Amino acid sequence: MIELAGVTKRYGEKVVVDDLAFTVRPGCVTGFLGPNGAGKSTTMRMMLGLDRPTSGHVLIDGRPYAQLKEPLRHIGALLDAKAMHGGRSAYQNLRCLALSNRIPESRVEEVLHEVGLNPVARKRPKGFSLGMGQRLGIAAALLGDPEIVLLDEPVNGLDPEGIHWIRTLMRRLASQGRTVFVSSHLMSEMALTADHLVVIGRGRLLADTSMEDFIDRNSRSSVRIRTPEPEKLRDVLSAVGITAAETGSGAFEVAEVPAERLGELALAHGILLHELSPQHASLEEAFIALTGEAAEYRTGPLAATAASGRDGIAPQTQPIGTES
Amino acid sequence: MSAPLATFRSEWAKLTTVRSTAWTLFAAFAVTVAFGTLVSALSNARYDDLSQQERHAFDAAGTSFTGGVLGQLAMIAFGVMVIGAEYSTGMIRNSLAAVPRRGVFYFGKLAVATGVALVVGLVTSFVTFFAGQAALGSHSTTLGAHNVLRATLGAGLYMALMAVISMGVATMLRSSMLSMGILMPFFFLVTQILSSVPGAKKVAHYLPDQAGTAMARVVRDSDVPYGPGGGLVIMLVWVAAAVLGGYLVLRNRDA
Repeated sequence: MIELAGVTKRYGEKVVVDDLAFTVRPGCVTGFLGPNGAGKSTTMRMMLGLDRPTSGHVLIDGRPYAQLKEPLRHIGALLDAKAMHGGRSAYQNLRCLALSNRIPESRVEEVLHEVGLNPVARKRPKGFSLGMGQRLGIAAALLGDPEIVLLDEPVNGLDPEGIHWIRTLMRRLASQGRTVFVSSHLMSEMALTADHLVVIGRGRLLADTSMEDFIDRNSRSSVRIRTPEPEKLRDVLSAVGITAAETGSGAFEVAEVPAERLGELALAHGILLHELSPQHASLEEAFIALTGEAAEYRTGPLAATAASGRDGIAPQTQPIGTES
Repeated sequence: MSAPLATFRSEWAKLTTVRSTAWTLFAAFAVTVAFGTLVSALSNARYDDLSQQERHAFDAAGTSFTGGVLGQLAMIAFGVMVIGAEYSTGMIRNSLAAVPRRGVFYFGKLAVATGVALVVGLVTSFVTFFAGQAALGSHSTTLGAHNVLRATLGAGLYMALMAVISMGVATMLRSSMLSMGILMPFFFLVTQILSSVPGAKKVAHYLPDQAGTAMARVVRDSDVPYGPGGGLVIMLVWVAAAVLGGYLVLRNRDA
């Protein structure tokens, strides 16, 4: 379990993390979402005692990180996959970490096997591909068989197979009752792995909820109807006070009305339907809707114009936050 | 109780599993011995050209340690790399996540690397002494002669202490490139130049390498206002300043 209370990080005038308070619980994958520059990595570094909060505190299993005797046995982290000595073999890189926390050397073999790197254990990571580097970083995180696993953007730059592997691994770790905390700016990725979501923007907590709640609350659900008799359908719907937005070629979008009710109405009035499908907004859309206000770096007018046609996105006419 | 021991073992493993350790330490050894022997052979050949006064001040042991001027650069590189590799690879975050008590991490690392540097430094100073004396022929001295053993130990200790200063500096600067860029020209050029400029000479005496040279001499240089003991004290002050500076930076800054 990771607990944050009133955590704030300030670099001079700039507030990077602003009064964050949330708890990461065991047994599920908690996705940590936010646009680039939202303060995700800073928050994770503070969880690991690498950065000191300006105020507030982080507790790992009820204790400050620095008080953990052999921290790798409690919490394992992947912050930066390249954070290995390129001139030291994969095996020895892990062995150096293991020794510092009195983790038996047999664990090094085990985790290398677990991430599928045992064939290159004696090779130096200098020549590793991005995917192999990521696997080595994850092996380091799993070394102490920790109850808490922290992964910062683990799928960045991975091929589909690698992404699938990490996804499966995270699900498995959570099913073993561990606390899995994973950051990403890829919403679609989180939709597939996370049970719980913590969303931040500009260092502030925007949401701390289950995945389903998050989508429900942050998106409008609608139903798509297609019929060869559009006039008749529109009349029937407006008679009962339902507004349907026509989307062309006999198709309608109806918001906030269950598909069942629409189907019953159509049947009662003998209207033939070719399609009746509930549309759930994706996590991507919900996320953009939520963080649109808080995004630190916005796209300029050009990109905004292209996006303005899409549902739920207010066109940006002015870029905010020109610093980089 | 076990944390420092585990840190030692981890740091020892780090040191012994990269090739750069062996390379830099071997370079320190080879350069010091080769250059010291060469200077000793040249001194032997030119001995007859020396004035009476110069012969009187001739330091057979000190002459054989001349190679340290070059060899120390490899020792500096060793010290810088021990720390710098943590930062250049980004490994420092893994290391501090594993050992969150930064004092334990820092002093553990320094202790292990200093021990290794001291062993290499002492081996180097003894080998260079015997090689140099062999090259000096009839003008050589022996370990048993007055103050010679002390000078030999001083030369070895000096090399180790240069590595420690470099570790402290690299921890303060958190970068290999920056540390090398400052330490190398400083010890190779600046102190040499300063010590030959009349006005700056007084200051230059108190720089680490001048103090170190005093530690490795049998015959005291009449220009230098202190002897081998004073040299050691000056050296230790530099070491303490660098190590403390490194500790404060590591303790107070975000990793």
